[in-house]
Amino acid sequence: MSPLAAYALGLGDDALILAQRLGEWAARAPQIEEDLALANIALDLLGQARTLLTYAGELEQAGRDEDDLAYLRDDREFRNVQLVELPGGDFAVTMARQLIFSAYQYELYTALLGSADETLAGLAGKAVKEVAYHRDHATQWVLRLGDGTDLSHERMQAGLDQVWPYTAELFDPASQLPGIATDPATLRPAWETYVTPVLREATLERPQPRWRSRGGRDGLHTEHLGHLLSEMQHLHRSHPGATW
Amino acid sequence: MNQPNDPGKRGWPLWEVFIRARRGLSHQHVGSLHAPDAAMALRNARDVYTRRGEGVSIWVVPSAAIVANSPDEKDSFFDPAQDKVYRHPTFYDVPEGAKQL
Amino acid sequence: MYGNYDSGTAGAQSAPQAQQAPQDQDQYQDADAQQRFDQLIAADQRIEPRDWMPDAYRKTLIRQIAQHAHSEIIGMQPEGNWITRAPSLRRKAILIAKVQDEAGHGLYLYSAAETLGIDREELLDRLHDGRQKYSSIFNYPTLNWADVGAIGWLVDGAAIMNQVPLCRCSYGPYARAMVRICKEESFHQRQGFDILHTLSHGTKSQKAMAQDAVNRYWWPSLMMFGPPDEESSHSAQSTAWGIKRFSNDELRQRFVDMTVPQAEVLGLTLPDSDLRWNAERGHYDFGVIDWDEFARVIRGDGPCNAERLRRRRQAHDDGAWVREAAQAYAEKRRPVEAKAS
Repeated sequence: MSPLAAYALGLGDDALILAQRLGEWAARAPQIEEDLALANIALDLLGQARTLLTYAGELEQAGRDEDDLAYLRDDREFRNVQLVELPGGDFAVTMARQLIFSAYQYELYTALLGSADETLAGLAGKAVKEVAYHRDHATQWVLRLGDGTDLSHERMQAGLDQVWPYTAELFDPASQLPGIATDPATLRPAWETYVTPVLREATLERPQPRWRSRGGRDGLHTEHLGHLLSEMQHLHRSHPGATW
Repeated sequence: MNQPNDPGKRGWPLWEVFIRARRGLSHQHVGSLHAPDAAMALRNARDVYTRRGEGVSIWVVPSAAIVANSPDEKDSFFDPAQDKVYRHPTFYDVPEGAKQL
Repeated sequence: MYGNYDSGTAGAQSAPQAQQAPQDQDQYQDADAQQRFDQLIAADQRIEPRDWMPDAYRKTLIRQIAQHAHSEIIGMQPEGNWITRAPSLRRKAILIAKVQDEAGHGLYLYSAAETLGIDREELLDRLHDGRQKYSSIFNYPTLNWADVGAIGWLVDGAAIMNQVPLCRCSYGPYARAMVRICKEESFHQRQGFDILHTLSHGTKSQKAMAQDAVNRYWWPSLMMFGPPDEESSHSAQSTAWGIKRFSNDELRQRFVDMTVPQAEVLGLTLPDSDLRWNAERGHYDFGVIDWDEFARVIRGDGPCNAERLRRRRQAHDDGAWVREAAQAYAEKRRPVEAKAS
């Protein structure tokens, strides 16, 4: 797989796996309005994933389409960052993760607007508006949970503490694709500029983790991904070659 | 007094939503939703009422803030005791000393 | 509307000329108000939230609209059950959109019910403790992917039968909510049909999956229209009030007539050996519905009743800390003058 295909696949896997986690919230959200909001975000991300996976498949020229890539790869072939595969069962964890990730995607897609690759630039044009909204939604919740009740503050801090170690990985250097993809490390300052004031206003402490995640882009994942993929892929794999 | 937007009341307050679907049209009332405050009300309204890309401009108004006339011929047109958007007493302040409310 | 039955409607036994209860806070004579209300109904005009209405009309509507809303919300569960396992990304996207629509429809309907002066929290309480119900069809499990298709084709098909007439319901906010819902609903039924069509023209095991789903969902879909007309005691009142436009049996027959040819296109059989075209009547004859099963499921003795409510209550309870946090945040930011009043 070429560096460009691998790059598109990594971004696509990020969006796909997070869409899968958000899909788990159906009929479980704290308010019906929130079921709707989370489904909206899931749909946007799934749309991004489909575009990126399809593109990666085309670039690869091995005849794999979006479904082949989504359903027939094993865990070690997925190139998403570990942040997106974490279970999101607690609403605070889900919102902490969404804040971190959507703020990252916002800088990512903003940078990709200027990409020499037409497909990536085109996707970025649409996606940057979507993720601006996701980032805003997560921000509203982090503020309210951080500066709400004592209980919500505790849970929001705990959620933030849980996901923060997975942040550094977002900004790890990637393979060089000059003119096409920005080095992720260059996205960090703008990301900090956005996220830091949100945490402060939410009365949250910025976590100081003693470890950080590594390896998602190289197919090294948490133990969570295997279970997620079992569920996601099982039906498709049970009927090889079938059309749905 | 039990304010309708009082957080002591159960659940989030009710807001009425008005959408102007396109330039050149006026805002139309499309329904209501619950939200804890104005910022969330606007965002919820976007999610609930513009999912098909229908909305250009959104207004959200706390239901309790709406003052209405009584269109009924028998009442005086602007009867102050009746000037609430909904007939039934859930969403407006109860005046002191009012009986049976 | 996912179910046209309404067992135990408060006040529905009263005759259309029922007098207003004394606690109504009207300024003018009840008889005049009743007459005005009757005139509006007779002229097929809409009753709006500020209008006087018989207390029984209001109570019936609250119950019917709320139960319709509850059906949308509970309906998210059997379908949401397959989001994480959808067998293609396209199907996953369509299913998420559908479940999202159901949440939205629930919100439109709660909003309509609230114009009658009841709070959504109160309606949810009544759902959670069983005083209000939801469509019985959602007490059946979705056991395979084809069930998602069957729900779209049969259940949404049945719902559309009920919903289109409700767009002309006498109560304005309900009618308008139904117009909104109907606009969004047609894609749901088509998607369900499309899922099944792909399966029934696919591999042998896919076709068997589709047939299995139809075998399990056909009869419960017919039950969605409620008990037979002669046993439906509340229908007369609802019809007089312009809430119900067609009888249960009429709608059920229409549904069968519409669906049988569609089943033929799908190449799937409907599990009823008595199903046949009756040229004299100009309709399909069909077999006897198991009303004992219907009664059992309504009573709470269906495959998923306990689970649906448990899951619904849990979402609500688990989310309390979030809702309270949002309220606390808003309260902290309320301007000082408003706090003091």
